[in-house]
Amino acid sequence: MAEKKSCLKGVGLTKVFGLGRNKNTAVDHVDFDFSEGEIVSIVGESGSGKTTLAKMLLGLISTTEGEIYFQGKKRDIRSQRAKKEYWTNIQAIFQDPFSSYNIFNKIDSLFLDCINMRGGKNLPYEKKVEMMTEACSFVNLKFAELTNKYPFELSGGQMQRLMIARIFLLKPKILLADEPTSMIDACSRATILDMLLKLRNDTGMTIIFITHDIGLAYFVSDKVFIMEHGKFVESGTADEVILRPKEAYTKRLLNDVPKIHEEWDLSTVDIKNQ
Amino acid sequence: MKHTLQQIFHSSKFLTGFVIFMSILLVTIFYPLFVPNPPLEIIAQGSFFPPGTYVSNYDAVFSSTAYTLNLPDASAKRIAAKLGNKERSDIKDYLIKVGVPADQIDTTNTTQLLDQWTKNYDPKANIPGMIFSQQRYYQRLDKSLAGLLSSEGLIIAAKNVDTGALEQVGMINQNDYVNIKEVASVRTLPLGTDNFGRDVLTELVKATSVSLEIGLIAGTIATLIGLILGLLAGYIGGAVDDVIMFITNLFTVIPSFVLLILISYSVGQEHRGAVMVATVIGFTSWVWTTRSVRSQVISLRNRDHVNLSKLSGHSLVYIITHDILPYIASYVVMAFILQISSAILAEASLSILGLGPKTSEVPTLGLMMNWAMIYQAQILGKWWAYFPVLLVIALITFSMNLMNTGMDQVFNPALRD
Ligand SMILES: Nc1ncnc2c1ncn2[C@@H]1O[C@H](COP(=O)(O)OP(=O)(O)O)[C@@H](O)[C@H]1O
Ligand SMILES: [Mg+2]
Repeated sequence: MAEKKSCLKGVGLTKVFGLGRNKNTAVDHVDFDFSEGEIVSIVGESGSGKTTLAKMLLGLISTTEGEIYFQGKKRDIRSQRAKKEYWTNIQAIFQDPFSSYNIFNKIDSLFLDCINMRGGKNLPYEKKVEMMTEACSFVNLKFAELTNKYPFELSGGQMQRLMIARIFLLKPKILLADEPTSMIDACSRATILDMLLKLRNDTGMTIIFITHDIGLAYFVSDKVFIMEHGKFVESGTADEVILRPKEAYTKRLLNDVPKIHEEWDLSTVDIKNQ
Repeated sequence: MKHTLQQIFHSSKFLTGFVIFMSILLVTIFYPLFVPNPPLEIIAQGSFFPPGTYVSNYDAVFSSTAYTLNLPDASAKRIAAKLGNKERSDIKDYLIKVGVPADQIDTTNTTQLLDQWTKNYDPKANIPGMIFSQQRYYQRLDKSLAGLLSSEGLIIAAKNVDTGALEQVGMINQNDYVNIKEVASVRTLPLGTDNFGRDVLTELVKATSVSLEIGLIAGTIATLIGLILGLLAGYIGGAVDDVIMFITNLFTVIPSFVLLILISYSVGQEHRGAVMVATVIGFTSWVWTTRSVRSQVISLRNRDHVNLSKLSGHSLVYIITHDILPYIASYVVMAFILQISSAILAEASLSILGLGPKTSEVPTLGLMMNWAMIYQAQILGKWWAYFPVLLVIALITFSMNLMNTGMDQVFNPALRD
């Protein structure tokens, strides 16, 4: 691990919403250092500040305090051009596939945007179709069946797979996946996780996987960060954190894992520790 | 999009409103093609003629030779006056002198007597034994007899607009029924005339189209201002939002109608054309569009598709036009329709107060109400001068509100019944 290069680093990252009595510290002085090619999970219950942290990392909202370092250099995204440049390196998949799409645009336009962003604006159309077909087949979908369709004609699982296809086209250095499986059925969930793993293996992408489900985190990640009330309360490798949890909060999260995860032997682990 | 349009047109409320509105619109478009009279032309002396068909009594009527009016007993009287027993025997004397046998002359048969007279009388003939004064007497008699039994009809003439001369346009024979189409200056006034003697229907159609224009201009201005301010305040937020909301709150506190009255008053009567009034209405009624567009944009800008669009490197303008506007477009269309109908009402209210467009150029629905009120049409019971105007105002706002609720039901599934 030590020889791996730092990809995204945060120092004392803080986000405060509101003023005065309405002050709400969503993210509270968090520090981290994600290496290239890692899958890192950020686990916390709803409202713990995971999405807020993700949006700060993406540069979609400003930070109240703290610094972000991208590939060892301090991030500077003050101009629109710098932002565009930064976003070729960091991309996201959001929680709700149904609100992730502009329902007025056909699916093609989503992909064409990606190709344009990768500098493929002037490619011949056949070449673009080829790229889109490849991206779709990466997520086991057929482009020919999707072209000229609107997002609302698809299922939630298909939509989220297309989001992965979008990432495949963009090939960013970092992918922030904010609870990508929480709004879709269990069947599609496993498929999506498989695809994220495949994406990392094929491209060496750093994936920051945000979830409230510690079982999923264990399933996919190298490192796990446990987040409570805007703070990282526990972190380490997946085995360390989940098999030998120190914090009461982590234990509680483990207890909340539904019985369906019994086959992963988590509850037995939990009992052992008590 | 196509789907939504289909749904809208399946809504019976929308369809009813749409049909009413389109009928009004079509009438304002096509009526002037059939009745090209200027809407403010004074066509009758006097005010408030009730609905009906009118023939002008100023029309000129003349005959090619002599003008006679052959009423049945009038003609008998006239013949008796011109052709008494003395004249009849004088005619008989003359006829005998020119050689008509005495037994063929019957002084009681007027037609035959006059017929023989016209055949045989020659003013230049030198009849032996007739003195000069007698000759003159016969000449005078002949003149007075001319046209006595004329069965000639009346000629109807109209002024030629180009030359100004009277020209024959029709002819009325004795015992004829006159086809109303051949009478030059007949006007059917289905809604009578107003206080100035102007055709209410023609005026009303013009007023409706001017009022719709005012609504359109004011609605466009209000919706554009509301949309732009709402988009900026909602999407950019921060200081921009604060400034815009400060102005909006300022306008909310002052009732827009009071503002409207003050501005209209200070603009002055001479400068208040229809467009001017529409503009003033537009600039005072954008407030609630701004507020609601802003709140919709705020909830939209946190939607993930907007975040994703940013991550795709799209510019602010692109995001507003592609990722925000389409989502609020249906709402903006609805707001626009409401703005049009409320602008029409605002113009009517202003005009009733005497602060509407100046009266000399075009009629508006509000001005017609104003005129009817000033000249006491309501008190005098001249319903045709104000009731149709009220009806049109009511129909326009009713149809637009119907369309709006119809659209609301489509866009807002929670309201579907
Ligand atoms: N735009 C915002 N304005 C004000 N408060 C916010 C905003 N976004 C999130 N918060 C607050 O920040 C806290 C963390 O929210 P979030 O990051 O969405 O949590 P999570 O993603 O872990 O469920 C919550 O208390 C939420 O109310
Ligand atoms: Mg969240």
